[in-house]
Amino acid sequence: MKTRTGLAFLAPALILFGVFVLYPMITAFSYAFFEWQGTSRQGFAGLANFEALVNRAPFKTDLPRALLHNVLFFLGTMIVQNTIGLTVATLLHRRARTRRMLQTLYAMPYLVSPIVIGYLWTLLLSPTFGPVNQLLTKVGLEQLALPWLGDPKTALWVVILVSVWQWVGFPVLLYGAALGGVPEELTEAARVDGASHGQVFRRITLPLLVPAIGTVSVLTFIFAMEAFALPFAFGGSTGNPAGATDFVSLLFYRSAFDSGAVDAIGTSSALATVLFLIIFGGAMAATKVLRRHERQMAS
Amino acid sequence: MTTTLTAADAADAAPATPAGETTAKQRRRRGPTTGTPVGGVGASILLWGYAVLALAPLVIMVLNSFRTNADFITNPLGLPTSPTVAAYEEAWTVGSFGTYFANSLAVTAGAVAISTAVSTMAAYGLARSRARIFRWLESLFLSGLMLPIHLAILPVFFLFDGIGLIDSRLGLALMYAAAGVPFSIFVLTTFFRQLPEELEEAAVLDGASAWQTFTKIMVPMVRPALATVAVFRFVPIWNDFLYPLVLLRSESNYTLPVGLTNFFGENATNYSALFAGLVITTIPLILLFLVATKQIVAGLTAGMSK
Repeated sequence: MKTRTGLAFLAPALILFGVFVLYPMITAFSYAFFEWQGTSRQGFAGLANFEALVNRAPFKTDLPRALLHNVLFFLGTMIVQNTIGLTVATLLHRRARTRRMLQTLYAMPYLVSPIVIGYLWTLLLSPTFGPVNQLLTKVGLEQLALPWLGDPKTALWVVILVSVWQWVGFPVLLYGAALGGVPEELTEAARVDGASHGQVFRRITLPLLVPAIGTVSVLTFIFAMEAFALPFAFGGSTGNPAGATDFVSLLFYRSAFDSGAVDAIGTSSALATVLFLIIFGGAMAATKVLRRHERQMAS
Repeated sequence: MTTTLTAADAADAAPATPAGETTAKQRRRRGPTTGTPVGGVGASILLWGYAVLALAPLVIMVLNSFRTNADFITNPLGLPTSPTVAAYEEAWTVGSFGTYFANSLAVTAGAVAISTAVSTMAAYGLARSRARIFRWLESLFLSGLMLPIHLAILPVFFLFDGIGLIDSRLGLALMYAAAGVPFSIFVLTTFFRQLPEELEEAAVLDGASAWQTFTKIMVPMVRPALATVAVFRFVPIWNDFLYPLVLLRSESNYTLPVGLTNFFGENATNYSALFAGLVITTIPLILLFLVATKQIVAGLTAGMSK
């Protein structure tokens, strides 16, 4: 194809992508380095907006707390989701007849909007009329019929577990695909040599799954750092109760659109930039480690 | 390895292409159909038990939406013994879910149509051009797979403010269309590259223009991939919350997730209507899932190398 024809085919996508994704993405950074009075841009501010994130209210108190919640969200999701995902995928692996069906069932909640999921579980866990607590009381577990979402100590873990519940079909699917790629000659040979099921899994299957586990980790990291809709449905934009379900994206939303501060654009853009660097840096670093591991495996 | 899996799984959803067919067959042949299941009966109980856990909340949601509010409050664990659609009528009219539903449908369908159209053209251009600039452009598009675009909401807000697209469903659709370009190009380019170039050479000999070759010969060949891209993009757009929350102003333009938030704030104790609202927001995706499971599963695994 001629270069000119090729470019003509690319033009509409390029314009759309450039105007609505690339341009805003690039300007998002520049905003962070200027002083702002309402919506009018003033002089160059250097790193002043970033300094405000460290030593000015509400960031001084809210940002470390929100960031901690994002990290806990990531770690909690990783541990629980990978454990369940790997177990379920391994158990499903040799069930040719039911595998597709079960994988499909597990993936169902993924389809549902995080907003719906958040409100649904808010209703289910409601202390007075919630079916969950009603059921717990009925089977004699009154001591567990607690206001799970109303208590700052438990609310964050509810958000994490509900998120795992929604997304677990995804690692099941990916690990299932990766398990299908493990050559059976390898595992069979090991079995013939007298290795137990556990040994085969630890010594052969698991190392071969590292790339898939890595992919899931990177995606979970990005997902956890961006968490917005689910915590919004559970605790509103302020992360109720008492900021227990506050996340960086919620803080960003509050400071950009709800705070009324004169320099809101500058500080919230600085916050977005920091979050971007965390996400991009983390994802890049993890991908690099993975690539190195893959090369080692190949050699 | 991620790329091979991606290609295989995307092809799995496309039994119509020759390449897809062989891959699917190979998979089935070497697939884990032999050997004893790990864990036996205990594992089966665990697996089906987990399936119940995955679905029960959704089933409870649907069941309670067919009850009256008084019925729910007196017995939250009850079943809809005399099912009624009163909650749906209330949510649809009083709760404006009818309006929200129409908005969501228009925005999502519009965005998917625009996104798929421009991405198909671009993917074809990328797959069939050899000049170096195209490799550069391809990585530019693919870099979009990694961008957390929600963080660009402030500039998008001011851009829309400047060109009069605030509170506009068209603006929202264009935004989503643009956001879907990287993923769609990523999947479609792979497909176009699998098609033999002789197809176009023959068409050119017959006197067809580049555009005719594209629309009459190439697009029909990648139809399965188009379905994957369209279906898979539909879900996150339908479910998105931040963009409509920030970019839409008037209730008559709200999409379902924002409308739902609105309704929840005002009717916190009208449980059955709330359940009905949740079902209304979810049902199109369930229907889509039932008719297009394959495409969604393929899309999920294609997201692997993201």
